[in-house]
Amino acid sequence: MSWRVATVVALRDQSPTARSIYLDVPGWPGHAAGQHVDVRLTAPDGYTAVRSYSIASAVDGDGVELTVEQLADGEVSPYLGSELVVGDLLEIRGPIGGWFVWRPDQREPIQLIAGGSGVVPLLAIARSHSAAGNQSPIRLLYSVREPTSVIHSAELEELARRDDGLILTYAFTRSAPPGWNRPPGRVDAALLADSTWPTELSPTCYVCGPTGFVETVADLLVGAGHDPARVRTERFGPTGGIR
Amino acid sequence: MNDSYSYLDGNAAAGELREIFAVDVTTAGGQCAGCGRTAVLADVRLYVRAPGLVARCRECDAVLLRLVRGPGRAWLDLRGLTCLELAMPDDS
Repeated sequence: MSWRVATVVALRDQSPTARSIYLDVPGWPGHAAGQHVDVRLTAPDGYTAVRSYSIASAVDGDGVELTVEQLADGEVSPYLGSELVVGDLLEIRGPIGGWFVWRPDQREPIQLIAGGSGVVPLLAIARSHSAAGNQSPIRLLYSVREPTSVIHSAELEELARRDDGLILTYAFTRSAPPGWNRPPGRVDAALLADSTWPTELSPTCYVCGPTGFVETVADLLVGAGHDPARVRTERFGPTGGIR
Repeated sequence: MNDSYSYLDGNAAAGELREIFAVDVTTAGGQCAGCGRTAVLADVRLYVRAPGLVARCRECDAVLLRLVRGPGRAWLDLRGLTCLELAMPDDS
């Protein structure tokens, strides 16, 4: 798998710390929802840094959308989040990863559970599900620090307004909007019981977020009786891995 | 939920492994030489804060795979995996 040169065709802020990067990648072979790409930056002295970012978009010709959360101590994300401008070139490699994916021929219910910017590959799944006209029931539990941290909210809410569309539940860990029905707090067994498909429906669960979040949620799901083989996880960490 | 976790999933090694293998080996099942557990490589623990990538068994923590890159070279140690089971197309 070789590196391709992608052109930045648009940028859009999604939150105070996250923005979407729209790329044109000539000859892009297409991807499955949930896959990621590696992005390689090369400094003038030849030093290179490679980071993985989940693809946010459903397949759409040569277009690939990434959403990058800027990490204060990051080596690559501050550049992608602040300095990158339309017309810049990026080296990317992908699509990568055949495990944390959803394909339109899947028929079982879909349970998506996101922690923070872990929502990005899950958005790709929700977009692909909608674009394919797939009738499987789909649900997203999106845990986020506070209302301003939510990314892609307009599109998620649009997907949720459609008939038989996404069932969307936000959970806030630090501060919730006034009058919110649940006090701020971590995802726990009670929230999962209220806001995710029951085990009897045998959903495939896709859990993406920071390692600690994924660890907690995956354990709770298996503890509630979900088949471990149907709990697919993608963890990301502060210094490597998929963002 | 804290930052003390130092590992990711095998998923995160897919790009580097795809440089070496013709297929995505993270979707392969691999048997741990330590405890015999079989798991999809995408679902093992992957430590990235090392000089390279280190994959470990979720069950017994034994090292399954180590991949180190150098200029123009890669070193791949698979001694912790006794067998890989790969999906192969039947049209060959």
